[in-house]
Amino acid sequence: MPSFKIVVLWTDVALWAMFAALLGYLLRILRQPHVRVTWARVLRDAASCCAGVVLLLFMAVTLLDSLHFRRALDGAEGAGATGQQFYSTRTESLLDLLLARQVAMRETSYSAPLAYQGFNKDNISEGGEVRRDYPRLQFGGAHLRLPAEQWAGDVLGRALRGLAWGLLAVLLLGLAMTAALAAGHGGWRRALQDLLRDRTHYPLRAVLLTLAVTALLSGPSIALMDHYHVFGTDRTGNDVLYQALKSIRTAFVIGALSTLATLPLALVLGILAGYFKGWVDELIQYLYTLLTSVPNVLLIAACVLMVQVFLDKNPDLFETGVERADLKMFLLCLILGVTGWATLCRLIRGETLKLRELDYVQAATAFGVGPLRIMWRHIVPNVMHLVLITTVLSFSDLILYEAVLTYVGVGVDPGMNSFGGMINLARAEMSRDPLVWWSFAAAFGFMVSLVLAANLFADGVRDAFDPRARSLRPRVLGLAKIRKA
Amino acid sequence: MIKYLLRRLGYGIAVLVGVNLLTFFLFFSVNTPDDMARLNIGGKRVTQEQIEKWKTERGYDKPLYYDAAQAGSQKFTHTILWERSISLMLLDFGRSDARQAVNIGHEVKVRMGVSLQLAVPLFVLQVIVSTAFALLLVFFRHTRIDFWGVVLCVLMLSISSLFYIIVGQYFFSRLLRLVPIGGYEPGLDAIKFLALPIVLSLLSRLGGEARLYRAMFLEEVGKDYVRTARAKGLSEPVVLFRHVLRNALIPIITSAGSYLPYVFLGSLVFESFFGIPGLGAFIIEAISGQDFAIVRTMVFLGAALYVASNALIDLAYTWVDPRVRLS
Repeated sequence: MPSFKIVVLWTDVALWAMFAALLGYLLRILRQPHVRVTWARVLRDAASCCAGVVLLLFMAVTLLDSLHFRRALDGAEGAGATGQQFYSTRTESLLDLLLARQVAMRETSYSAPLAYQGFNKDNISEGGEVRRDYPRLQFGGAHLRLPAEQWAGDVLGRALRGLAWGLLAVLLLGLAMTAALAAGHGGWRRALQDLLRDRTHYPLRAVLLTLAVTALLSGPSIALMDHYHVFGTDRTGNDVLYQALKSIRTAFVIGALSTLATLPLALVLGILAGYFKGWVDELIQYLYTLLTSVPNVLLIAACVLMVQVFLDKNPDLFETGVERADLKMFLLCLILGVTGWATLCRLIRGETLKLRELDYVQAATAFGVGPLRIMWRHIVPNVMHLVLITTVLSFSDLILYEAVLTYVGVGVDPGMNSFGGMINLARAEMSRDPLVWWSFAAAFGFMVSLVLAANLFADGVRDAFDPRARSLRPRVLGLAKIRKA
Repeated sequence: MIKYLLRRLGYGIAVLVGVNLLTFFLFFSVNTPDDMARLNIGGKRVTQEQIEKWKTERGYDKPLYYDAAQAGSQKFTHTILWERSISLMLLDFGRSDARQAVNIGHEVKVRMGVSLQLAVPLFVLQVIVSTAFALLLVFFRHTRIDFWGVVLCVLMLSISSLFYIIVGQYFFSRLLRLVPIGGYEPGLDAIKFLALPIVLSLLSRLGGEARLYRAMFLEEVGKDYVRTARAKGLSEPVVLFRHVLRNALIPIITSAGSYLPYVFLGSLVFESFFGIPGLGAFIIEAISGQDFAIVRTMVFLGAALYVASNALIDLAYTWVDPRVRLS
C-alpha cells in the first residue's frame, strides 16, 4: 500500500495544463520562423529577458507547490477495521516537503527576523522563580548555548557560508555560459571577455547578473533558515518566509488562470462580432457594455457571494479544507475571467473589422471558403498578437487586484496563504508598538519583485509584437547600444 | 444632436434594464430568498417560520418572475422582479436587508457627499499631475530623465496601493503625526482627514497614468503638424502645450473619464482604510455583511453613472475637437 495519496486539486490541473500548453507553444515557435524572430527580439532585450528569468524562478516555485498529496496514517489510527487505509487530513505539496523544517519550526507568537528570543515578554519560571523576560524561541537559534555571545558570530558565519555557496553557484553558471559561448566566440578567453563586456547575441551578462543577485540573496537565506526564522514569525508563530513562498502560487494562479479564462469568450465573441457585423455585433457590443457598466468589484463580489452559498450547499464536492479553498480560488479565477473579457473582446472586434476587409480575406470569400474556416485560418492567427499582449499585461494587474479583493473580503479563502492576506494582517501589525514590520516587508519584497518582473516582461512582449509600441520605449540617444544581429 | 442624445438615452436605459436583470438573476435565482434569509438570520438552526417572517418583512414572499395565481397583468406585476425593478428605476432603493432601520436612499445621499469631497479633488489633481509629469518626460525625451522617469513609473505601478496606504499611514500619521490616522469630520476640518488619502491615492495611480499619457503625447509628437510647428520656429514648450497637449486631449479624456463613476462611488480601499464614511466604505460593509439589497442598489447606481459618464465623455470630445460630430 502506498504511504501517500495523490491529491489532484482543480488549480493543480489547470496550472499543469497551462505549463504543458506553454511547452507546446514553445515547440510551435521553434517551428515557425517568423514568430521565432519576434520572440528572439523579446529575449534580446535585457530588461525583459531578466524579467523572464525571474518569472521562470517564480513559476518553478509555483509548480513545486502544485503537486499535492496526503500522507497515509500509520499504525492503529491509520488502518480501519476493514483494512481500509486512512489518510492524514493535511494536504501537503512538494514545496512543503522541501520546507518541512520551516513548517515544523512553529513558535508561539511574534519573533523578529533571525531572533533567538520572542518578541513579547512572557513569564518564565526558572527553578521555582518566575521572572518576566523575553522567552527563548523554541526553534529559532535553539542550538546556541550562550545566545547573547554566540548569536552574532553564528549568524554571520552561516550567512557568509551561504554567500560563498551562492558565489560558487554563480561562478559555475558563468563558466557554463562561457563554455557554451566558446565555440561561437573563438575560444574561452574571447568568450569570457565578450560575456563580461556584454558583447553577446543575447543579453547573457544581464541574465547572469540577475541569477547572481538571486543566488546571493537565497544562499544566505537557505543557510540560515534551518536554524533561524529569516523573516521572523507571525502572530501565531508561523514562519513568514514560508508563507511568502506559499503566496507565490496563489498570486500566480490568480494571475495566470484568470487571464486564460477570459480568452475563450473574448476571442470567440470578438471575432464573431467583427466578422458578421450587423445584429450579431450589436448584441455582443450590448453584452460587453453591460459587463463594463457594472463596477467590477461589485460584480465580482456578487458572484463570490454566490459561490460561497454554492459551496456551503454542496459540501460533498471536497474532502478537506484545502480542497474547498482551492475550489473557491478556481471559481474565483473563472469569475474574474467571465467578468473581465470585455477589454480584449473590444480590441479583437476592432481588429477583425479591419482584417475582414483585407484582400486575402476577400479572396478567400470569393473562392467560396466558409465563414468558420476563414475565421479560423485567416483571422485567428492575425489577432493572436493582441491576445498575447493583453494576456501578459493583465497578469500583473490581476496579482495586484487579488490583494484588493482579499482585503474587501471577496478574494481567496482566509485559510490560504496569499499576499492579500499577508498585507491584511500586516496592517494591524504596523500599528503595534514596537513595530512588527517583517511580514509587511516580506510580502512587499516578494510581491513587488513578482509584479515588477511581470510588468517588465509584458513591456518587452508588447514592444516586440506591436511595432507601434516600440517607438514609445525610452531610449537615451547616443548611448543606445545597437546589437548586431 | 438631439437625435443622438435620444438614441444614447435609449441605449442607456437598455443597459440599465440589462444590468437590473443580470443582478436580479444573480441575487434571486441563483441565490434564492431562502438562502439570503438563512445567511442574514445566521446561526446553525434556522426554522422555516423565521425564514418566512424574514421574507414577508422585506417583501420577498412573492414568486420571482411569474405569479400564476393572479389574474391579468398582475401575473407579472405581483412578483419580486417587477417590484424590485420598478423601485430601482424610480430611484427608490428601499431598506437594507440586514438592518431594516437603514434607509438606503438616505444613506447614499449623505455618503455620496463625503465620497465626493475625497474624489473630486483627487480626480482634478490626478489629471493635472499625471499630465504634467508625462509632459515633463516628453520634453526630456531621449535623455536620461525620460529613461529613469519611465523606470520610476513602472516601479510605482508595480506596487500595490495597499502598500502605499500602510507605509503612508505609518510615516505621516504615526511617526510624524502630521495628520490623524483615520476618521472624518464634516466641514473644513475634513481637509486634515482627506489630505493623506488624496496624496496616497494620487501616488498609487501616478505611475500607470503618467506612462499612459506619455505614450499618448509621444504618438502626437511624431506627427506632421508638430514638425510644421517646429519649422515655424516655435519653441518646444509652446509646441508641447499649445499643439501636442491639445491634440492628445481626446485619449486623455477617455482615460480620465473611465474614473468618473468611481468619483461618485468612492474608493473602496481608501475609504475603508482611512475610516471615511463614504459610499466605498458602505459597499465594503454591505459585502462583508452580505447585504444584497445594498449591493444591488450600488450595482445599479454604478451602471447608471457609467452610462452617464460615457455620454459626458462623448460631449467632451465635441468640445475639445470640433471635428468630432455626434451622430
